[in-house]
Amino acid sequence: MNGTPELLVDRWIAIDRDGGVRVLVGKVDLGTGIRTAFAQIVADELDVPPERITVVEGRTGITPDQGSTVGSQSLQSGAPPLRAAAATARAVLLRRAAQRLGVTVDRLDTRDGAVILIDGPHAAATSLSYGELVGDGFGCEVDALPALRAPSAYRWVGHSTPRVDLPAKAHGTFTYVQDVAVPGMLHVRIVRPPAVGAHCADVDAASIQRFAGTRIVHEGELLAVAGPEQWSTAEAARALAVQWTGGGLPDERDTFDRLRDAAGDPVVTRAGAAIEVLATDATCEADYRWPFQSHASLGPPCAVADVRKDGATIWCSSQGVYALRARLAAQLGFDDDAVRVVYVEGSGCFGDNGSDDAAAQAATISRSVGAPVRLQWSAAEQLGWDPKGPAMCSELRGVVREGRIVAWEHDVWTPPHLHLRGAGARALGGAVAGDRNAAVDYDVPQRVVVHVAPHADLETSAFRSLGAAHNVFANESFVDELAHVAGADPLAFRLDHLSDARARDVLERAADLVAWRAGEHAWTYGALRCGLGIAFARYNGHGAYVAAVATCTIAEDGAVGVRELAIAHDCGLVVNPDGLRNQIEGNAIQATSRALLEEVRFDRERVTSTDWSAYPILRFPAAPAVRIAVIDRPDQPALGAGEPTTIVVAPAIANAVFAATGVRLRRVPFTKARFVDALALFAEGIRR
Amino acid sequence: MIGHPALASDTAVLVVNGKACVVSAADPNKPLVFVLRDELGLRGTKVSCGHGQCGACAVLIDGVEARACTTALVDVLDHEVTTVEGLGESDIACSLRDAIDVEQASQCGYCLPGMVVAATALLARNSDPSEEAIADALAPHLCRCGTYGRVVRTVRRAAHAGAVRP
Repeated sequence: MNGTPELLVDRWIAIDRDGGVRVLVGKVDLGTGIRTAFAQIVADELDVPPERITVVEGRTGITPDQGSTVGSQSLQSGAPPLRAAAATARAVLLRRAAQRLGVTVDRLDTRDGAVILIDGPHAAATSLSYGELVGDGFGCEVDALPALRAPSAYRWVGHSTPRVDLPAKAHGTFTYVQDVAVPGMLHVRIVRPPAVGAHCADVDAASIQRFAGTRIVHEGELLAVAGPEQWSTAEAARALAVQWTGGGLPDERDTFDRLRDAAGDPVVTRAGAAIEVLATDATCEADYRWPFQSHASLGPPCAVADVRKDGATIWCSSQGVYALRARLAAQLGFDDDAVRVVYVEGSGCFGDNGSDDAAAQAATISRSVGAPVRLQWSAAEQLGWDPKGPAMCSELRGVVREGRIVAWEHDVWTPPHLHLRGAGARALGGAVAGDRNAAVDYDVPQRVVVHVAPHADLETSAFRSLGAAHNVFANESFVDELAHVAGADPLAFRLDHLSDARARDVLERAADLVAWRAGEHAWTYGALRCGLGIAFARYNGHGAYVAAVATCTIAEDGAVGVRELAIAHDCGLVVNPDGLRNQIEGNAIQATSRALLEEVRFDRERVTSTDWSAYPILRFPAAPAVRIAVIDRPDQPALGAGEPTTIVVAPAIANAVFAATGVRLRRVPFTKARFVDALALFAEGIRR
Repeated sequence: MIGHPALASDTAVLVVNGKACVVSAADPNKPLVFVLRDELGLRGTKVSCGHGQCGACAVLIDGVEARACTTALVDVLDHEVTTVEGLGESDIACSLRDAIDVEQASQCGYCLPGMVVAATALLARNSDPSEEAIADALAPHLCRCGTYGRVVRTVRRAAHAGAVRP
């Protein structure tokens, strides 16, 4: 943060003479529709129709520094300061109008971008537009405790305002970062080594002489080709003859053993009293595993950089323009103020998918060639070389006494869910978000979480919901296993251990969507075995509440299909109901893809899951129907919805498979082969 | 390429969105998607996988859906190319855009132009596709944001609108 400037109303709201409103926000729209939600919030607090509002996101030096756009925090923590700024702005405009009209403020109100007189003989005719009142701006700080509009007065918040970006996206005229072009720019393609960490020993420049205008850029470990035309540059990068030495990866088959055996200081969190385990208690243990996964954005990372002697401009789709500015300023040896980072929306990223790396590479190369450059990763580069969602494994132990869980331990091993660039940054690292949701939300007397964050085989970063996707998969599978041990219905067992009314609500609403009946969770349909499975969590322990019921089919060959996901969701105040449903649906379908299909594979050189057949994601025909119950709580703070649904999908599917077949899937993804493996273990009576 | 009369010089003439466009013929094997985007400024056609696996670069060639990433310049010289920008105000395109707006059938939207092109081709050959037929027709198209359900509903809605259009 730059200290006090973010306190100024003018850093958040700018009104022009014609009444157009520019809203400046530090959070960026990653394709979620948050831009529209911000416009709705300002529309209500400032009292301006949304169509007159333009949202400017993520421009260093112009928009406030609100940190990175991560963790479903944009509405939760990003919107309150914006709302306060808009409320302050409206109060200032009311005071100015009062002064100009010589009346007291309580005789005034606002309506659609104007201050109006609400009583007296001239009431109907007296109106001062915001454009007339704004002058040179607001020139004051945001009120610490502004008078906010009551939820009952909302005209836009709580309604399904159409997304502002959609018409241009449907016409193909929306400008993504991949569409940015600046005069005189060169195209750049990176030349990747055949093995992770390999060094370039020699480059044969003659090998690309036939590609007119192309040149080799070699800066440290970064090898690239730049040229005036995109396709010939890409061809040259492919044709470049390079001698590489060294590099490689450890054996993929030992991934989880290495996580478990790696040195690392466990972080132990204990809650409740130590419980003595009795001989009559039922105990249960199980292991769960989650593989490395790719962000797999449809549009690979791209950045345009123009680095000059005295400063630089970088157009990119970074989740955090100020953090990236600091990185680039350090890299280029500039003061922060000499570097301008401009956010331009890219393809949905779902975490650090290499976009910041592309920006840093573009900056290096622009300086090297002395011209603006457009750096485009290929899809294979993204799938092969972006930092991955980390592999995770957990051991769970539980003790059930007379039908109640009395003790629960979750030991989790996972690399940092943060991209740690360079050795210096590693000091930051360690236990970053790998234990998210490892602690259960259930009322259990003794709860222990042990978290170890070893170094990873592959570079890792944040991927939608971070550690929560795996940890909830483990916990919500395990609570099903405990319910089975206790001889209880999975829904009733969960409710028996939940006192939080909002938690109970989402579980009951999700169950209602499928008319859940105890003991009736399995049936057959022709050769298909079918089952219902349920899962619940509160995201990150203090975020949205969400529950899912999966309706699954298992074919004779072990193929798992997800027919339907019924989701109940409580994220407090709902700003845009349809936007929220869109997020819930998207999370549900993407999480189904991650649960059924997705695993990054690698050989002893590098990642081999580098196209859509080697790293398949869910396609149209396999997408489940998604039924949704939204619980709107206008009196409660808005909680983020960009991730919560993701975390309950894999366990709901695994629990449905168990209901249908008695086979417990403890390892993602749930491929046919995994089902067959689990079936064999089941036949042998092995629990892990 | 060899012997193609349109490639006798350094330039070639392409028919894109109903207009004759002069483009470089320096590399007749250049994928169409780069010709459209970099030479003609038609950036609605998206670059993604480069292998015809995702559908983001879908265009129509003589009205039939094709992949601009695996189609070479030389392959389209005697054909008519239509991009998302060229769908214009046809009944089908308008119905689809209206339906997209009603269904809010997008998140990041990167896949959307390709899906609009594919859905246009689908509705041109089948004015009333079932949900299964839509899912099958769009199966080659990937969406990472998970908007599949909305897109299917969009195409159904557009089909209904077409049926009642005078």
